[in-house]
Amino acid sequence: MTAVLIAVAALLGLAAVFGAILGFASEKFKVEGDPIVEQIDGLLPQTQCGQCGHPGCRPYAEAIAEGEDHNRCPPGGQDTVDALTDLLGRDELTLDDDGAEDADVAKVAYIREDECIGCTKCIQACPVDAIVGAAKLMHTVIVDECTGCDLCVEPCPVDCIDIVPVKPTLQTWGWNRPAGIGQRPDSRIEVVNL
Amino acid sequence: MSQMEAAKTRKPTSIFARLALGIRRPAAVHDFHGGIHPPEMKHLSNGTDIAPGPLPAQLILPLNMHIGAPAKPLVEPGDKVLKGQMIAEPAGAVSAAIHAPTSGTVSAIGPRPIQHPSGMDAICIVIDTDGKDEWIPHGGISDYTEMSPGEVVDTIRHAGIAGMGGAGFPTSIKVNLGDHQRVEELVINAVECEPYITADDRLMRERADEIITGIHILQYLLNPRRTLLGIEDNKPEAIKALKQACKGCDIEIRVVPTKYPSGGEKQLIQLVTGKEVKSGQLPAHVGVVCQNVGTAFAIKRAVINGEPLIQRITTLTGDGVARPGNYDVLIGTPVSDLLRHGGVDPDKLGRLVMGGPMMGFTLHNPGVPLVKTSNCIIAASPEELPEPPPEQPCIRCGSCAEVCPANLLPQQLYWHAKNDDLEKAQHHNLMDCIECGACAYVCPSHIPLVQYYRYAKGAVRQQAADQLKADKARQRFEARQARIDAEKAEKEARRQARLEANRKKKEAAATPSVDTAALKQASLEASKAYKAAVKAAKAADAEGAENAAELKAEADRLKEIADKAKAAVRDAGNAAPAPAPAEDIVSKLKKQVGDASSAYKTAVKAAKEAEANGDDNASELRARADELKATADKFKAELRDAKANAPATAPAAPQADPVAELKKQVGDASSAYKAAVKAAKEAEANGDDNAAELRAKADELKASADQLKAELRDAKANAPAAPAPAAAPADPLTELKKKVGEVSSAYKAAVKAAREAEEAGADNAAELRAQADTLKADADHWKAELRDAKASAPATPKAPPAPTDAPKVAETTAPQSLKAVDPDAAAKRQKRLKGLKTAYNMAHKQYKEAHAAFERAERKEEVSADELNAMQQKVDKLKAKADNARDALDALVEDAKADIRAHTGKDLKTLKLEAARAESALADKKIELDKLVSSSSEDALEALNSELKALESEAQIARKALKQALEEQGLVE
Amino acid sequence: MSLITSTSPHASVKNNTGAFMRQVIYATLPGLAVLTWQFGWGSVINVLWAVAVAVGCEALFLKARGRHVGFYLKDFSAVLTAVLLGLALPPTAPWWLTLVGVGFAIIVAKQLYGGLGMNPFNPAMVGYVLLLISFPVAMTQWVAPGEAPSFMQSLQLFTGQLPVDGLSGATPLDTFRTWAGNESELASHGILHGDIAGQGWEWVNLAFLLGGLYLISRKIITWHIPAGFLAGIAAPAFIAWQIDPARFADPLFHLLSGGAMLGAFFIATDPVSAATSRMGRLVYALLIGVLIWVIRSFGGYPDAVAFSVLLLNLSAPFIDYYTQPRTYGHDKPNRGTGGA
Repeated sequence: MTAVLIAVAALLGLAAVFGAILGFASEKFKVEGDPIVEQIDGLLPQTQCGQCGHPGCRPYAEAIAEGEDHNRCPPGGQDTVDALTDLLGRDELTLDDDGAEDADVAKVAYIREDECIGCTKCIQACPVDAIVGAAKLMHTVIVDECTGCDLCVEPCPVDCIDIVPVKPTLQTWGWNRPAGIGQRPDSRIEVVNL
Repeated sequence: MSQMEAAKTRKPTSIFARLALGIRRPAAVHDFHGGIHPPEMKHLSNGTDIAPGPLPAQLILPLNMHIGAPAKPLVEPGDKVLKGQMIAEPAGAVSAAIHAPTSGTVSAIGPRPIQHPSGMDAICIVIDTDGKDEWIPHGGISDYTEMSPGEVVDTIRHAGIAGMGGAGFPTSIKVNLGDHQRVEELVINAVECEPYITADDRLMRERADEIITGIHILQYLLNPRRTLLGIEDNKPEAIKALKQACKGCDIEIRVVPTKYPSGGEKQLIQLVTGKEVKSGQLPAHVGVVCQNVGTAFAIKRAVINGEPLIQRITTLTGDGVARPGNYDVLIGTPVSDLLRHGGVDPDKLGRLVMGGPMMGFTLHNPGVPLVKTSNCIIAASPEELPEPPPEQPCIRCGSCAEVCPANLLPQQLYWHAKNDDLEKAQHHNLMDCIECGACAYVCPSHIPLVQYYRYAKGAVRQQAADQLKADKARQRFEARQARIDAEKAEKEARRQARLEANRKKKEAAATPSVDTAALKQASLEASKAYKAAVKAAKAADAEGAENAAELKAEADRLKEIADKAKAAVRDAGNAAPAPAPAEDIVSKLKKQVGDASSAYKTAVKAAKEAEANGDDNASELRARADELKATADKFKAELRDAKANAPATAPAAPQADPVAELKKQVGDASSAYKAAVKAAKEAEANGDDNAAELRAKADELKASADQLKAELRDAKANAPAAPAPAAAPADPLTELKKKVGEVSSAYKAAVKAAREAEEAGADNAAELRAQADTLKADADHWKAELRDAKASAPATPKAPPAPTDAPKVAETTAPQSLKAVDPDAAAKRQKRLKGLKTAYNMAHKQYKEAHAAFERAERKEEVSADELNAMQQKVDKLKAKADNARDALDALVEDAKADIRAHTGKDLKTLKLEAARAESALADKKIELDKLVSSSSEDALEALNSELKALESEAQIARKALKQALEEQGLVE
Repeated sequence: MSLITSTSPHASVKNNTGAFMRQVIYATLPGLAVLTWQFGWGSVINVLWAVAVAVGCEALFLKARGRHVGFYLKDFSAVLTAVLLGLALPPTAPWWLTLVGVGFAIIVAKQLYGGLGMNPFNPAMVGYVLLLISFPVAMTQWVAPGEAPSFMQSLQLFTGQLPVDGLSGATPLDTFRTWAGNESELASHGILHGDIAGQGWEWVNLAFLLGGLYLISRKIITWHIPAGFLAGIAAPAFIAWQIDPARFADPLFHLLSGGAMLGAFFIATDPVSAATSRMGRLVYALLIGVLIWVIRSFGGYPDAVAFSVLLLNLSAPFIDYYTQPRTYGHDKPNRGTGGA
């Protein structure tokens, strides 16, 4: 009987001690705010395109944190979905998009300036203020600021906005990843001018 | 010759040969990790003297042969150029000039394939040579010490010299260190460790004297503690030549063992000094400057001979050419010309490499030009540099780690690069890889390791760029969101304030209690907006965003609004006193006007001082002044109202001669306006920043002057009526008419002022506009009342107007919409608007009457408390009804405005602005035309006239659009 | 005319992975020769049969995995695995023993992990351990040194027509383990006292040492793993032997008995499953050596190369974690992997 009592007392004592330690730790190492939203937001591509159904990346990040599927960001591509899967420890998902081939290619908006009537509608639609221009004056896209979200395409009354892939320049050009095991890393090119 | 044979000749200098030549390795030679000994293949090209290169028919000079900004062309197609003439100047600090390598004509400036592994094009200057090779007058200086180091650096910069070892970093930057940077060691790189290349070897053998002079110039510029020349022990002839040329000079020649990549900058520095350059830093951080021998030679030619960098020694080698060797080629020579010059056999050509076999790149096109950094062209046969075998799996044999000069773990980098695990690759110091190719050279699985690293490095850079862009996008998005929210909040606050002001005016006479709920709501919203803005500003500040200051300013502005709203709430709370007698009201108002005016004047003065001092809070003060002015104006208007009403309630009150006073005021205002205009003109002439502001102020003054003038007119018109106040109650119509006229003219003046302010882009345009809107509301109110009065004139004044007596709203023609608008909906809305207006007017009138009755009853003693209560209740009920009607009306108007926005893509404000802008453009052109009429030719006049017409039509269109939009929604002004 | 475009470097060494593996196979030949001299043709038969099984399994699974069979077979990695396992098996092993061991090694330990370069464990040792645990009797029946069966006998043993019992004898390691602590018994067993160390096995190990030195001279392997391995065995053995020579064998006996040299130069040096950096490999091999000595001296098995190598294969990522070299331009070496 005493042994049972001792055992119970010991367990209770342990429970109390560990409870105290846990309580102390939760106070001492309390994490401020809800950093998961920040982390999710950090992974999203910040195109602010709204294709996920939310007005901007941060609202979507908040929605993901509250349990929404994390595969609704076409600009981020499958890479972003995978990164979010890793971060959240959720089930793997495939990107929920229209299956466009060039989803991973970086794009920017381009205004055919001859056709622009200066209606300012695209300026109002741009979520990142990347279009400049005034009423009745031609508009143009600040390429460096454009996220290629294509929100400006639909409002344009004369359809003078194209979403074009970003052309590589000498500065942005990079080597391809080699083809892999079993493949030769070189290619051949026809030369005529010698 | 095959690789095997070459391997046999790998050690050309036996210990005996070295002893005989007097070459000894320094006792304490440092070493770097790893390295390889590929077959040297230097014998192919180092046996013959440097030969002159071809003079091609066309030279192609890329604007970017160096690291940094592309040079800026100084010539145009068709220009004749002479040899040595600068044809492109350095654009910015890190850039290098380009000179014509021979005489000829510039035939084009445009994209051509250039020396880049991507095979992409870049802008080049193309020169058709004329074969005369005619020099531009040039000359150097035999004793460079006569020039200051700064002048020498300038000479180097203008000679277009960029590192000739391969990187192409502009030399003038490297030799122009700040005074605070002490150069311990100047290291001259004569290693040339890559197989095949012998350009520096031959240069040293044949032109050692000039190289030594070049090194002396570098010493003069950098003043190093010691100068070390590193050279591999496989170039005994070059070592001998240098030693001969440098007898007794202070250059230490350090012979290093042959090992690739000893010629890497950091590797050589470690070899000859034992110093290690920290990751991500430059050699200058450890007091070392490293220059290539070729660069030293070019510096000598530039300073002593006055020749810019227009040619270089390039090794042409490989089994594909009949006459391998070193050629003195003009920069811009197409590779194909050099190949033909060397006797190329296209059938034996398997691979064309620019640079060495370890770090060079294959050419896509033999038409690319040789540039300042092109030290070698390998025309290799397929046997010589065979096709790389297929990649095999990595077995982690570790050979790569054994040879890596940076002591990396290449096999780990490979795994991570292959799996796109960039984070891990960076952890394993991917970015410290110098891409020397030693790992890929030894890899038994023939994995193109360097390509994997290059790919991963590119991906890392891309990722960083993407991150930066995403951060920027986020900031911009958040700033935009904050701005939109703030605008919304401000609009709401203004709307509430306006509603409240109207309500207050209605209630001021009687209701002791002021409905502060709306005010509170507005205040709350303003506070919320302010807090959000502060948060955004803080976040932006923390992230170091550029627009942080902007956001802060926005926050401050919102705070002001919030404060104002709070003050309004406070005022409302305080302003619950019982209605004072009319006389009291007038005098009180007078006092208030005086107070407000003086406060305004003080504020203006303070603002002016702040502006003069360039204080930060000038705009704040100015805003404050404007606010005070608005207050003063409000009080003035109230005073006017009170005065106008005074005869009704207190007929005895004598009127001081208002006409004379007004005349004086008008005079004052006019002169103030003129002074302001003058000041503004002066400011504009000086291009001062505050010109627009001054102009706005002037406009404001003009507006007030106009107002006063209008008042004066009114006063004059009323003057006869004034002394006969008794008539007032008898003739409410005249009074109402007067009132309407007064308010209308005030409104018109305000609109004009607002428009002018908008045109000038003045800050307070919106405020003025709001003021105008208030006045408009007032005017409408009076007009309606007048209409009512007219309609009910025959009936007894107290009789409540029947619904059938609905006042007529100005007839509007069925609008022709800009875009297809549902005419039914518009008509419906118009109908509803009319109905609501009528309902509101009715309700308002009933309320006023009830209120007046209640007041009267209150004064009478015989009325019981119960009766009073009942009346009070009735008044309240009527008031609520009127308010409801007003709210509904407002909502509908807002709705209509939104509709205009939706239909025209512009909001009302934009339309107004557009109309105003068109008008002003028209006016400007008219003035211009007037000016030109006397002086200009007929053609110009004609052109201007047509322009004017176009503008006129545009203005008309804008006007029409505005009118239509307004009419469509029944919002006729 | 067409030109090659590729990334630098444009030159590379002539050898390849297949040549690399072949060199290792050649280096085992002296050892195989001595094994044959001491224990008969059994080892040769084992090796040949193992190679046949390995190539068959490899081809089958490459085909099943949809890979190019010829390309992968040319890397000779399956052959090397088979040779090493064949050398490690007792010369008395029947055909099915080799079949099971090699099949398991190639299919499970290598191909199922993704083929060459992807296997975390040394396939030959996985196969060996499987057999040792499943068929302990068959795996410990070595013939007595110097009493090599004839070629026909070896063939009959291989086909299972001849019972092993009549031919088998204890190995030196086994003998020492049985009589450890009993000085008189230890002195009376001749097998423990050959010319240098354990009878017969001394020559086998010296032959493998010779092959290993050849590999080092050809830069196929570096000295780090063999040196660490042998030092790991010798150092504790020396200390213990100094304390109690009756209970612990001398270091030379350890180094020249069982699979010490085969393990040091051919098994532990398998780069795929070893640690990566020089330092890491030294630590890795040292720990293998110590573990071998511990198991030999205190464990239940007479030899322990296979167990030790597998245990350290398991630890290799952990060793890599702590033994990265200091990159040029950095103050101190990295630690960790830089990822989750």
